[in-house]
Amino acid sequence: MSGPRVEGPVVVIGGGPAGMAAARAAARHGVRVLLVDSGAALGGQYHRQNSLAGRDRFALPPGVGHLPHTVVWALEPVPEGGHRVHLHTGPADGPGRTARSVATRALVLATGAYDRALPFPGWDLPGVYTAGAAQALAKGQGVRVGERVLVAGTGPFLLPVAASLTAAGAGVAGVLEAAEPVTAWLRRPADAVAGWRKSGELAGYGALLARHRIPYRRRTAVVAAHGTDRVEAVTTARLTSGWEIVPGSERRVEADAVCVGFGFVPQVETALAAGCALDGGFVAVDAAQATSVPGVFAAGELTGVGGAGPAAAEGEVAGVAAAKLLGARPAPPAAALRRVRAGRGFAAALARAYPVPDGWRTWLADDTLVCRCEEVPYGELRRAVREREALGVRAVKLVSRAGLGQCQGRVCGPNVACLTGLADAAAFARRPIASPVRLGELAEPPADPEPGT
Amino acid sequence: MRVDGEELVTEAGRTVAGLLLALGRVSWRTTRGGGRPRGVFCGIGVCHDCLVVVNGAADVRACQRLVRDGDDIRSQDGAELPA
Repeated sequence: MSGPRVEGPVVVIGGGPAGMAAARAAARHGVRVLLVDSGAALGGQYHRQNSLAGRDRFALPPGVGHLPHTVVWALEPVPEGGHRVHLHTGPADGPGRTARSVATRALVLATGAYDRALPFPGWDLPGVYTAGAAQALAKGQGVRVGERVLVAGTGPFLLPVAASLTAAGAGVAGVLEAAEPVTAWLRRPADAVAGWRKSGELAGYGALLARHRIPYRRRTAVVAAHGTDRVEAVTTARLTSGWEIVPGSERRVEADAVCVGFGFVPQVETALAAGCALDGGFVAVDAAQATSVPGVFAAGELTGVGGAGPAAAEGEVAGVAAAKLLGARPAPPAAALRRVRAGRGFAAALARAYPVPDGWRTWLADDTLVCRCEEVPYGELRRAVREREALGVRAVKLVSRAGLGQCQGRVCGPNVACLTGLADAAAFARRPIASPVRLGELAEPPADPEPGT
Repeated sequence: MRVDGEELVTEAGRTVAGLLLALGRVSWRTTRGGGRPRGVFCGIGVCHDCLVVVNGAADVRACQRLVRDGDDIRSQDGAELPA
């Protein structure tokens, strides 16, 4: 590797398509990289590897250190510039993990996103899963979540989930799409063309549904799950364009599992801990993937949901920009920049084609849990907010207890914001401790301040 | 390893959640408030619904934890405090 001597390392948080691409791009320009990921193997959620297979599909170039089984639990600005990243490595949620902290002037956040789940009566019964859970269990563990499964929600992700369930041997009783995506796409032909490669993929899923005789219904949703200790049946219903139930359209369907996904929520806690500005709930970035905070870059689903291809392109741009910040002299990554631009258009078109209108509120009963962790029912949330005049996220959390449980509002935050009229849903993700830490671990001094040095 | 006292053998790379689901269990925890059953919901470490006790430590996310030789896994009853 020729060129000027550069300092390092670039720290990349997240080992999915964006994080891997960022690590590779920075390493190509002679910069040391430390890639931190909570998973056992690289690939993230999109390329989820089967952990029973014992092989690794992905390799990173020399110069990249990979810390698997590692979570970032805090991020601290350093007065001279840059950040100190506090890490725990070891068995998930176990005591006695190895504590480390590493300082960096170039931080790439590629923490991805997770399924948005909307509440409905019975959604807390075992046997209700997010679409991502079904995917992770099928691809990562070879486990099917049920014998007769309904897949419901909105967005193209429902289709690969149905495919993975089928591959794992589950019977998929139907894919219910709450939106009317065909007309939504046709309204914006240019963006539909931008996503034509994606459409090719969609045609493949269409063939799969046909082959397995899996019905695909539009403007339809699972609006209730029934059972005592697990799901035994669900109620499906036709929806209006605003997602209210069309009266009389309810049908009871036998099922032992239901998988729901209503788009994705970006995992922004480390970005918020760094002080990055958001735009519409996503991390705001410029053409070099730089956030509003100097030395912090963001790539992938954090900046908008467009899938693995655009995420990897953003990662490459972020990795090159991070290397440049540390003294490398890279040429502009022209091809990746073009792919990022196309990806932005596709992500925006996706967001327009699969919106989540407020009508889902009408699926809820007074005793439907809104916050699963603190077991806060909808009626109680409304009463708490009305009687105590809670106006901000903190006040809503304190008067209702929604968002104060184990998941810290990761699941209920966007829904509670919608139900109570809060503008700043992302405020639920503002938490000083980014991932769970045992008190005993906090009390111990870091063992190895700089890994690899 | 043991699951609720029963000795078992499983392949390397199993998560606790993968193991429990493969055993046909859909829930292995009760909630602190209503004592309601819970198992996997998000499957990727976000929701904290799948908490389980591993080697005496409560609140371990079953979907994130890989099973290791000799692990003692048991269901979690409400909010368990460290012994």
